[in-house]
Amino acid sequence: MHSFGYRANALLTYALTILALMCTIASFSDNFNFPSPSVEIQVLNFNWFQKQPHGNDEVSLTMNITADLQSLFTWNTKQLFIFVAAEYETPQNSLNQVSLWDAIIPAKEHAKFWFQTANKGSNLRGKEFNLTLHWHVMPKTGKMLADKLVMSGFRLPEEYR
Amino acid sequence: MGWIAENVESIKSMKIRDTLSQLITLGMIVSTALIIWKALMCLTGSESPVVVVLSGSMEPGFKRGDILFLHMSEAPFRAGEIVVYNVEGKQIPIVHRVIEVHEQENSGKVYILTKGDANPADDRSLYAYGQNWLKPQQIMGRAVGFVPYAGWVTIIMTEKPIIKYILVGALGLLVITSKD
Repeated sequence: MHSFGYRANALLTYALTILALMCTIASFSDNFNFPSPSVEIQVLNFNWFQKQPHGNDEVSLTMNITADLQSLFTWNTKQLFIFVAAEYETPQNSLNQVSLWDAIIPAKEHAKFWFQTANKGSNLRGKEFNLTLHWHVMPKTGKMLADKLVMSGFRLPEEYR
Repeated sequence: MGWIAENVESIKSMKIRDTLSQLITLGMIVSTALIIWKALMCLTGSESPVVVVLSGSMEPGFKRGDILFLHMSEAPFRAGEIVVYNVEGKQIPIVHRVIEVHEQENSGKVYILTKGDANPADDRSLYAYGQNWLKPQQIMGRAVGFVPYAGWVTIIMTEKPIIKYILVGALGLLVITSKD
């Protein structure tokens, strides 16, 4: 009952239980963070807009993204995965979501930024679309959180160019 | 050396009733583990509520050896969610992020495209031959939580099965030779 094996086993079990408890508490502490992020996206230019041979349209646009996501970071945050998705409707599909651009923010210091980026997507002429900035908080351990900010009112050009 | 002699002594002195009761205890432990696993499957709605990340395609978020907790709900899939899916004909499930969703109004069909964070291109090359989009039925669950490094035990046991045998053998020996 007091052999090395038993003691090692008891110690290991106890250590693992405590570790699991600490991970749960760390994750729970994330609930006390009330973030207030701010984002602004400007579409600077539609570079080109063409009809592809296999039926889809392809568009390339340049966006300017300004964001302050510092309040999303807690001590238990490993990184923030953000991406911009365009949401639009077509006659066949009631919902389309296409990711245009993504980035990984590893630390609080990088969370205030602005970005200029050019992207492609497949959509149709004259369509209205929403740009949504999604962010996924990836913790060091525990529960993952995700949220988004929707900006609406963008429109694709009517003609191909 | 004395340790081995002690164990051999204790094996010789075992009685049938004691052996049986120890076997039953072992059976209870295994059944309890199985019940917990099945209960987790019911709770999360997913076939495999806990998965181990096997590749580095989601780095730096998920590294090889991390454990992911999955949850499956009726809610529709949206861009950005991290999902675990099976490709027909391949055994190992893949953990990647949804980057495109197209929902058809009339037929209710949904087309999903995924990509690993660290991969330069989307997952089309991983899908079955001729398949360009994922169907929601192929998805086993969404990742809702994770614990780092905890999956290395599983990876080591899968890739070097000898360690699995050693561990199970040692555990069995411990159970049999315990004086309780």
